[in-house]
Amino acid sequence: MSGLLEEMTDRALKLNVPLSVQVDLTYRCNERCVHCYLDHEDYGEMTTAEIKQLLDQLAEAGVFILTLSGGEIFLRKDFFELLEYARRQLTFCVKLKTNAIMVRGVEAARIRDLGVESVQISIYSNRPEVHDAITLVPGSLQRSLDAARFLKSQGLRVIFANVLMAQNVRDYPAVRAMATEMGIESTLDPTITPMMDGNRSVLGLGIGREDLREVLHDTALVGNVEEFCAIADPADENSLHALPCSASHTTCYVSPYGDVFPCVQFPLPTGNVRKQRFIDIWRHSPQMTDVRSIRLKDLTTCTSCTHVSSCSRCPGLAYMEGNMRGPSSQDCERSFARTGIPSANMLAKKRLAPNLVQIRNIPSSVGSPAAIA
Amino acid sequence: MSNLYIARNPRAAARNLGGEMMIMSARDSTLFTLNKTATILWQAADGATLLSEIVANRICSEFNVKFADALQDAETLARELAGHEIMQISEQPISAPAGVPQ
Repeated sequence: MSGLLEEMTDRALKLNVPLSVQVDLTYRCNERCVHCYLDHEDYGEMTTAEIKQLLDQLAEAGVFILTLSGGEIFLRKDFFELLEYARRQLTFCVKLKTNAIMVRGVEAARIRDLGVESVQISIYSNRPEVHDAITLVPGSLQRSLDAARFLKSQGLRVIFANVLMAQNVRDYPAVRAMATEMGIESTLDPTITPMMDGNRSVLGLGIGREDLREVLHDTALVGNVEEFCAIADPADENSLHALPCSASHTTCYVSPYGDVFPCVQFPLPTGNVRKQRFIDIWRHSPQMTDVRSIRLKDLTTCTSCTHVSSCSRCPGLAYMEGNMRGPSSQDCERSFARTGIPSANMLAKKRLAPNLVQIRNIPSSVGSPAAIA
Repeated sequence: MSNLYIARNPRAAARNLGGEMMIMSARDSTLFTLNKTATILWQAADGATLLSEIVANRICSEFNVKFADALQDAETLARELAGHEIMQISEQPISAPAGVPQ
């Protein structure tokens, strides 16, 4: 984050302004990515008028950065009408997230004319057989790359977003090299988000502990490995009063059905803009207020963890594990892979594990504990 | 007397945060904040009003400054903002500027 943006974020925090909001325009999609957390059926998306009304309310609330995402945003027939409204009328800084397979020269030129800040495209591999096996759409890599070239030729800022899974973990250096060659930025994320309905089966697609360790020790990604992987100093009183993340503080998320959540990865319902004004949800929702009240000192298990001040703990992932004040196992794994030191959560689970195995394995005919071992 | 027209660049992003205007250049995503005078200029930059009129009616009436000095400063600022592609300047009226940010 640039110094000035950081300063503006601090000011927004003090003024209780949602500086950055993601709006998903649709959950419909023309790809079927194996790890996707969304249900792609349309259960009654907001209409054009409803979304424009929402955008009015967001601008009035002080939102500056508006991320339009989905689903696939270009499946909405009114996409450019909404984009034009957001940019020309309401002067948002607009970022787009898309697979871009519907973007050609004409669309790229319109995006450029409307002054979009950046376009993030999901690219999982440099190899069609890997990328297309993740999106389940033959030819999708080629189409996404063609789109990236169209956008780039318009002078737009393009970013490749690469979600790491067991299926594509070996390809990220090539994706990054391809991006560099095209003058494109790239990001890498080993996080797999559970389905919005709570189904966690997709987590099995994630990379294993050893691969994660390798990724987090890759100089090309993290720079100074020794520094990046160092164990943080013990948390002091000040750091324990820090905020866990920006969700509900300066950012939030709105679904295609008007539901407002603290973050796209934090499906705690806080209100619906079809029933209430956005600003009332933002300022007065008990759930928003609850999330806003949490400090690192309030976390169960994590407060006493070695990694508390350096952990990337996502409260949304923790919420999906059952407790937004609890640990997020994926982030525990990340801290462990980075430093080699197990988190407090991992240690607690380890302490419990033998008992659980013992209980599960008690043969009904044998009463002696020695026989169980 | 300046005969310049100024307009908010429709490709720039802008928002007023607690009385301070944040502007992001669409050219390179550079973020700027405008002081009170620059914010007045930005908000009045409709492409149809001469810079000199803006200075006379909005700046000189608000601040205790001489018109000639204020106009020179405003021209310098407008050219600087135009250099970052967050404002447009022309000797002709400019059509379709960006909306007035909230």
